[in-house]
Amino acid sequence: MSSSSTLPANPLTRPLAARPGAVTLFAQCLVDTFYPEVAEAVVTIFARLGMAVDCPPEQTCCGQPAFNAGYRRQARAAARHFIEVFENAGDIVCPSGSCVHMVRHGYAELFADDPGWLARSRRVAERTFELTEYLVDVLGVTDLGARCEATLTYHDSCHLLRGLGIERQPRALIGAVRGAHLVEMEDADRCCGFGGTFAVHYPEISTAMTAEKVDHIVASGAEAVVGCDVSCLMNIEGVIRRRRLNIRAIHIARLLAAGCREDLWHA
Amino acid sequence: MHKLDPRRYRQTARTAIGDPVLQGALANLQHRLKTATAEAYQALAEGPGLRQIAHDIRRRAIGNLDTLLSELAERITQNGGRVFFAADADEAVTHCLDIARRHGVKLAVKGKSMVTEEIGLNPALAAAGIEPVETDLGEYIVQLAGERPSHIIAPAVHKTRRQIGELFARKLGIAFTDDPPTLTLAARRALREKFLAADMGISGVNLACAETGHMAVLSNEGNIRMSTTLPRVHVAFMGMERIAHRLVDHDILIRLLCRGASAQKMAGYVSYIGGPARPGQSDGPQEFHLIIVDNGRSRILADQTFREILYCIRCAACLNVCPVYGKIGGYPYGFAYSGPVGAVVTPLMTGINRAADLCQGETLCGACRQACPVDIDIPRMLLALRAKLAAGDRDWDVVPAHPAEARLFDFWAWIMGRRRRYDAALSAARLLQRLLPRENGLLRRLPPPLSGWTESRDMPPVAPQSFLQRKRKRGK
Ligand code: SF4
Repeated sequence: MSSSSTLPANPLTRPLAARPGAVTLFAQCLVDTFYPEVAEAVVTIFARLGMAVDCPPEQTCCGQPAFNAGYRRQARAAARHFIEVFENAGDIVCPSGSCVHMVRHGYAELFADDPGWLARSRRVAERTFELTEYLVDVLGVTDLGARCEATLTYHDSCHLLRGLGIERQPRALIGAVRGAHLVEMEDADRCCGFGGTFAVHYPEISTAMTAEKVDHIVASGAEAVVGCDVSCLMNIEGVIRRRRLNIRAIHIARLLAAGCREDLWHA
Repeated sequence: MHKLDPRRYRQTARTAIGDPVLQGALANLQHRLKTATAEAYQALAEGPGLRQIAHDIRRRAIGNLDTLLSELAERITQNGGRVFFAADADEAVTHCLDIARRHGVKLAVKGKSMVTEEIGLNPALAAAGIEPVETDLGEYIVQLAGERPSHIIAPAVHKTRRQIGELFARKLGIAFTDDPPTLTLAARRALREKFLAADMGISGVNLACAETGHMAVLSNEGNIRMSTTLPRVHVAFMGMERIAHRLVDHDILIRLLCRGASAQKMAGYVSYIGGPARPGQSDGPQEFHLIIVDNGRSRILADQTFREILYCIRCAACLNVCPVYGKIGGYPYGFAYSGPVGAVVTPLMTGINRAADLCQGETLCGACRQACPVDIDIPRMLLALRAKLAAGDRDWDVVPAHPAEARLFDFWAWIMGRRRRYDAALSAARLLQRLLPRENGLLRRLPPPLSGWTESRDMPPVAPQSFLQRKRKRGK
């Protein structure tokens, strides 16, 4: 099922001719550190669209972990670095909803009393997009030619869903993957219990929440849970693996780059 | 039961998570109300956008609080009522006790009121030899059991039918049953006697109206109406923020309050009270007192960052969707107010350092804001509270809560400032993780301060090469 025709017209959508020849990738620190294959998948996706991926070598972290934990001075230091690295880029694409939320909304709070940096952060924020949002809303594509024979369920990450309003885009993309069957789990929009330092400081509460999420994934009958944020996926997979369940946690970029099921199941 | 204390957040939460009965009850409550409330907003004639209009109504009311309150006080006084502004819990309680003493009160019936929980009215009444009787069924159950409410609107949500049946058998001397209608009837009989014998009625206020000089009280059991009309003296307690300017504002706010609280279009009973019975009126108390409680609210009002929490109309919609509340229930929050709203209000009213766990013990998932009938941005305020805990704050008497963690984040910021340092940190992590136990490629145990993660979760190791390192290699 390709849902591109059913999607409402988006004012952001650019006609094919106006597509930039390249995007700039903010890999995101967790992807870069723990899941480099997710960033590789992003490169593959854009290559299929005939677009190059620029990857500023000085990039590190957007500052979100410190910001969410309350350490604003430290978060500002990381945010300033991010702005310096990306302020001359074109469209910036990131395979993480919560980091895009940080750049778009967190920076405004962080630099509220600093007009200079606030203006600079705004200019970067305007050009920063979450991956699925960029593909569907800006480029107007849902079918990326991917194939994966599997029953999948989708987890809505909190900042992605409630912060950026991204809900239909990933589902449309998954729906267009050949062979993929998307089943909705109960409470797909409920938090998985990650919450950054919360997961470390309040492990009992955090994993009670994750356990509920995993139960819903199991009940959906899916073989894998797909998401747009590796932070949630890392958390969900952590419990899945501890419980020795035979379910995968897959970042959407890898699904969209897949040529067949084995690309994801045996990689 | 332990005394409520937000410093015991983690322990109390752990107990709650380990209690299967409570887990079932919480899941039930949230399951029932989450979608129903969202649908109730959708079904509003004005659409869910009414929440933003309500937000603006509340913003304007809180911005003009002083004028609105004096208008209200003037109207109530004109109508023969008496108004007292209590600076803190002590003043509010003492004033109520004075009234009770003047009238020789022995028995007081109470309508559900969180502000009286907040100021600790019941224990004070009991200590003064006055029997306070809660008349809301849920509150009555909790009171009989010697407990505290664990939810703002559904105070006995943590108790099962069976537990209530056993409690009633013990306390009301009826034969054991877990049939809800029979139990309700037993409570009604017991309460009826109290209503008729009471010398004083005590209630909260859902929302006052400055323009008309009334206070609206809502219930589904009719008990508040009886508490406020049968006894000869009525004392109403009101948090000083619970006021709207005009009656048309009430139309919007009360419809939203009922939807947020219980997905109802309107509560079963809505009363507007403006003073004591007029000469010749057969209903209503001879004396009416309104106690307007500050108890830390002025301080919140003065801070632009937190003023928004005063827009709250205590509907509990945020509790009903919060994934953390759904696991831990109301007690860990350690105060009258629980869930997301409690996580903001309690630190501000009882001390930010003391309630540090409340500021930090959430995931910032944003479900509360989406459910809030007046669109209060709770995650923003949680972040602001965390910022105060991280750096300290003179105005709010906050000392830095985690100096060691602050140093770690200093180091983290230094690393994030240069890719070279970031790469070096990755190399160091790769060396260190060799020492850690693995299973199927994942790490089984992390050292402190990250050990919490692996208590019940595995962790992926740092990849042999980061994405940027791979790219760099390839580029060469
Ligand atoms: S914060 Fe909003 S949702 Fe929560 S109790 Fe207050 S008004 Fe209701």
